[in-house]
Amino acid sequence: MSAPTATATVTAAPAVPAATDRSADQDGPLAHFEALIAAGETVEPRDWMPDGYRRMMIRQIAQHAHSEIIGMQPEGAWLTRAPSLHRKSVLLAKVQDEAGHGLYLYSAAETLGVDRADLLDALHRGQQRASATFNHPALTWADTGAIAWLTDGAAVINQAPLCRTSYGPYARAMRRVCQEEAFHVRQGYDLMRALCQGTPEQKAMAQDAVDRWWLPAVALMFGPPDTEAGGADARTAALGAAVSRRAIAWGIKHHTNDELRQRFVDTCVPQAERLGLTLPDPAIRWNEERGHYDFTPVDWDTYREALGDGTHWARQRLAHRRAAHEDGAWVREAAAACATAGETT
Amino acid sequence: MTTTRDAPARPATGTDLALHLLRLGDDALVLGQRLCEWITRAPTVDEDLALSNIALDLIGHARVLLTRAGRLDGTGRTEDDLAYTRSEREFTNALLTELPGGDFAQTVARQLVYTHYAVLYYEALAGCADPELAAFGARAAKETAFHRLHADRWTVTLGRGTAESARRMRRGLERVWPYAGELFEEDDVVRRLAAAGTVPSPAPLRAEWDRRVTDVVTRAGLTVPTPSWSARGGRAGLHTEEFGPLIAELQSVRRQFPGGTW
Repeated sequence: MSAPTATATVTAAPAVPAATDRSADQDGPLAHFEALIAAGETVEPRDWMPDGYRRMMIRQIAQHAHSEIIGMQPEGAWLTRAPSLHRKSVLLAKVQDEAGHGLYLYSAAETLGVDRADLLDALHRGQQRASATFNHPALTWADTGAIAWLTDGAAVINQAPLCRTSYGPYARAMRRVCQEEAFHVRQGYDLMRALCQGTPEQKAMAQDAVDRWWLPAVALMFGPPDTEAGGADARTAALGAAVSRRAIAWGIKHHTNDELRQRFVDTCVPQAERLGLTLPDPAIRWNEERGHYDFTPVDWDTYREALGDGTHWARQRLAHRRAAHEDGAWVREAAAACATAGETT
Repeated sequence: MTTTRDAPARPATGTDLALHLLRLGDDALVLGQRLCEWITRAPTVDEDLALSNIALDLIGHARVLLTRAGRLDGTGRTEDDLAYTRSEREFTNALLTELPGGDFAQTVARQLVYTHYAVLYYEALAGCADPELAAFGARAAKETAFHRLHADRWTVTLGRGTAESARRMRRGLERVWPYAGELFEEDDVVRRLAAAGTVPSPAPLRAEWDRRVTDVVTRAGLTVPTPSWSARGGRAGLHTEEFGPLIAELQSVRRQFPGGTW
């Protein structure tokens, strides 16, 4: 074990304020930035970067960090009810990892000149968001397995390319995060396998959880369709493609949302078959010509509406997070007072 | 239960050791369960991480201790049989570990009481003749020393932080202090085991515990409470009313699926 008080930190150069160097040297810094991207090298906190790049990076890292923190809730709610001490330990370790990932990512965001406390405030005020995937309830024990297998499985596919993302501190954070996420996916699959090999009631619980968590994983973990092949209408696809193109040009992303979504479906179908579970999409079938599984395109607008900020679970997740923060205010004030007085041990 | 006798009535048996390990295991399990309730509700994300880390260690200790207890008592029960199929009355944890709710200061106060005791006891256990138990004691003492550091740090921080945090820390200490004595309780089972040199008794560790916690509480600018009463009963399965819901929650999924595999 490690010291429980240890927090994840990212080795970072001092944060640079929003870049203004450019006015001093019109072409130099931008050329340097573009050369770094072109050479596949990382952009570091000390490097000049376009404001748009910095904003996109802060937004993405913060949303990722928020998702880790909010994502602790559906599984955390089952810690006291885990049905074996082994499973309780595994779930504790997973929730602990998620807290660690959140801290690690907030630290990465801080290298871009923002403050962790401000990011959390933005989350609490509803100005920044976590992944809407977690605006679903975890209704049974099997949900913890389905979340780990499917949601974390989607996260790994989404995040593996981010280990090579252009912003150095984020890429380094992702290498560690991905290793741990891959472990979570195996544990989730193992949990589901145990249920599928158990009593008919246990298997039914597993199937029910997959029925509820499949679509959130397919739709929400990869973002809106950004190609017409992915089911977007021409206008949405054009918009999505524009955002993706920009992120790809800056080396932030390497694939479209729909490419990664396809990769996820291709990974899960054989796994579900091995488990003896049915993925809740009758359109899933192998397409010899494409060399991929076909599946029902995501009806993004309908889906997004059902998960708006005003829905029960969106409010609930945020209220839970806010309550913890407000209840703990006096503790943080005490810690701050002590740090100022330099009187802690 | 704690009446003093000159000599144990009969030599220590495997059943004695099983019961003693069950008590230690139940302490770790129930305290771990209470800490799980904090996770996602802690004052900072760092504390969510710290408390889950501590809970994970406690569940780990419980697994070792319950497994050994089940092997020794002749019933062949596994760690999960013991955790998930016993009734409230069959649990033998000290009442301190099951105290419900409370604010962060009360949790810190309980951690202070328990971790200082547990480090001392596990260090003593590390010197026992049974190699398996000795190895466990050494490992658990090392891990619990981190938990103790965490409790010490927060006790001092809250005690010296703000007027509000000092008030809460004082109240937390007052709330849990009457439950400390039960950890050091010595009955015939413990006396027989200690006389046979199987495991140490916790009773002689009380003085050192007093010295150490007094040091921390003093550094926090607070005073050690002097409670007018001392809680007991947990070792005999006489628990608080709040314990029933804790056990019901712990066992709910497993009991819902008889014959299930997990």
